[in-house]
Amino acid sequence: MSTLAHVFEAAGIATVALGSIRKQIESTAPPRGLWCDFPLGRPLGKPGDPEFQHRVLEAAFALLDSPEPIVTEFGESIAADEEADEMVSCPLPPRHDPDAHPAVDEARGLRAAYDRGVEMTGGRIAAGRVVEADDIPAAIEAFIRIAEGTSWNEAGIPGLPMRASQDIRGYYETAMVAMVDHAPPAWAGTRWFLDATEAGKVLMAARKAMQEQDAPQPMWFYLTPGDR
Amino acid sequence: MADSDIKRLTEDLPPPEFETTAFTTPPPLSEATVAIVTTASLHHPDQDDFAPADTTYRVLDGERRDYVIGHWSPNFDSSGFAYDMNTVFPLDRLDELAERGVIGRVASQHMAYAGNQFDLSAMKMDSGPAGAEWLRQQGVDVVLLTPV
Repeated sequence: MSTLAHVFEAAGIATVALGSIRKQIESTAPPRGLWCDFPLGRPLGKPGDPEFQHRVLEAAFALLDSPEPIVTEFGESIAADEEADEMVSCPLPPRHDPDAHPAVDEARGLRAAYDRGVEMTGGRIAAGRVVEADDIPAAIEAFIRIAEGTSWNEAGIPGLPMRASQDIRGYYETAMVAMVDHAPPAWAGTRWFLDATEAGKVLMAARKAMQEQDAPQPMWFYLTPGDR
Repeated sequence: MADSDIKRLTEDLPPPEFETTAFTTPPPLSEATVAIVTTASLHHPDQDDFAPADTTYRVLDGERRDYVIGHWSPNFDSSGFAYDMNTVFPLDRLDELAERGVIGRVASQHMAYAGNQFDLSAMKMDSGPAGAEWLRQQGVDVVLLTPV
């Protein structure tokens, strides 16, 4: 992002860059940069809090008054790690089809919540990159096959594994947004997906199996956030 | 899930190198046209998704609100953007600032690139300057850059 800041300024356009990683915004040194100690993915800090977002923008645009390049920090922090310890309480559907794998049954059972989530969010993070919502259960079945021993490149994953996993995660997190009645804490939806759902467990098991199969590192590593 | 652990994965990536820091003095904010350029790989559903290592940009219509995220990295929270697009793309907030007269005008169109690039040469030499030229043609004075 700082590259764009330098290029745009050279073309005669003033820029203000928000950054969530302190060392990164300091080392890349955009002409005007505001480090905000916020969780990754939330550069304006707090979803659903216009007043907070306006405070961030006020601090950012104030940098335009500087007569020289400046990188500084926003005065309020959001304790991302502590916030990430918060869990969301999302009811998982009861078993419906005893013949289906629990993860497949679960995904089918979440479809109504997913559809409500799409309605609420405009589908901003929904499925549809390489796997449409109707095909999420089949995509999960492909990862089940990997977890159970099928070679990763013979399991029938639709598209690149990392992109298919994003669709599954997006399907679940969209359903999560519909099931909580407030702005979800940062990472809480991801924690819920990976730690509490059957599909998340399948994805983690498939990731481990792909690593043991000596799949190329990007193919398995990016199935989940990098701290996993 | 530790946000700080994930930040540590990327904080030491080598920075882009520029011999000097370009610096443009804008008109007063109350007279300026402001656009958002995000590196969150946003696009409209009817536009092409971003490919891996895609250095091109998408033009985002400020009159629409159907923005979807096409980023390839799993290393950020996306639920905040799902719940409230302004968490990443604060277009409603800019509209409010324009109504109050704090900023002159909100650009009618905005832009999205894909962040998390390992090879920045194309963005530095090609799509970045092309985007800047496009912004200049729209009369943009100030760009707010937002990551994920």
